[in-house]
Amino acid sequence: MDVIAHTVDAKGQSCPGPLVALARAIKDAEPGELFELLATDPGSRSDVPSWADLSGNELVDAETLEDGSFRYVIRKVA
Amino acid sequence: MATTEAEVPTTSLTDLLERVEALEAEQRNQIKKKNKLTIIAWGGSLDQIWPTTILATTAAASGMEASVFFTFWGLFAIVRPGVRITGENWMQKMMSVMNPGSAQKAKLSHYHFAGAGPAMFKKLADDHHVAKPDELIGLANDLGVRLIPCQMTMDLLGLKREDLIDGLEEPIGAATAIAEMRDAAVSLFI
Repeated sequence: MDVIAHTVDAKGQSCPGPLVALARAIKDAEPGELFELLATDPGSRSDVPSWADLSGNELVDAETLEDGSFRYVIRKVA
Repeated sequence: MATTEAEVPTTSLTDLLERVEALEAEQRNQIKKKNKLTIIAWGGSLDQIWPTTILATTAAASGMEASVFFTFWGLFAIVRPGVRITGENWMQKMMSVMNPGSAQKAKLSHYHFAGAGPAMFKKLADDHHVAKPDELIGLANDLGVRLIPCQMTMDLLGLKREDLIDGLEEPIGAATAIAEMRDAAVSLFI
């Protein structure tokens, strides 16, 4: 099973904070590495898929956690 | 009896190939880059420079090329913090007094209330952990957004290169700005 290589905790940050944090973390990663993004910004529900689409990375999983925050799993492609 | 097909003028394969080639050449000339955003930052007010910097940083974070061309009031947003009066003559100096430099000092276009409006906005931004324009300009720089001042407005307002923040590209003119916009799939004037 694939292992999450990095966790980006962007809880509390608003647009575009979580995306910028994710983009910075993912920049120097190897293709195929998995990232976990934690966020509380409700806008991230539409923004993270859009970001994946624009940047050419793969959104593997998106879920709302019990505390109402959001968790995304992204695979670095390019 | 002649069939319908026979009445249709036949196009030779060479003709078709020539047309395909011509279309391909035409397409190559349409040099829009899908992955490029260009913003003309004309407005220097807080409620303009804020979306400008949010969109530019987000585009760069999404792997797009992004460039921001600062002109007119937008130029005051990239004046170095602490630089007070700029310009050589009284008109240019008065402009700089009316438009205090740097994104931190940007005024709201509505509800400015002698600075109370922006102060409230920034308090709300802090409460909601939204990065402010001056932070976003720094971030844009880190993310490789090309920040380009307009040479003509600099001359007009008497702004010198040393009056502006670090990390900017060389000042350019309108034609280069248009070339930037022509290349970009998304061009905005804010």
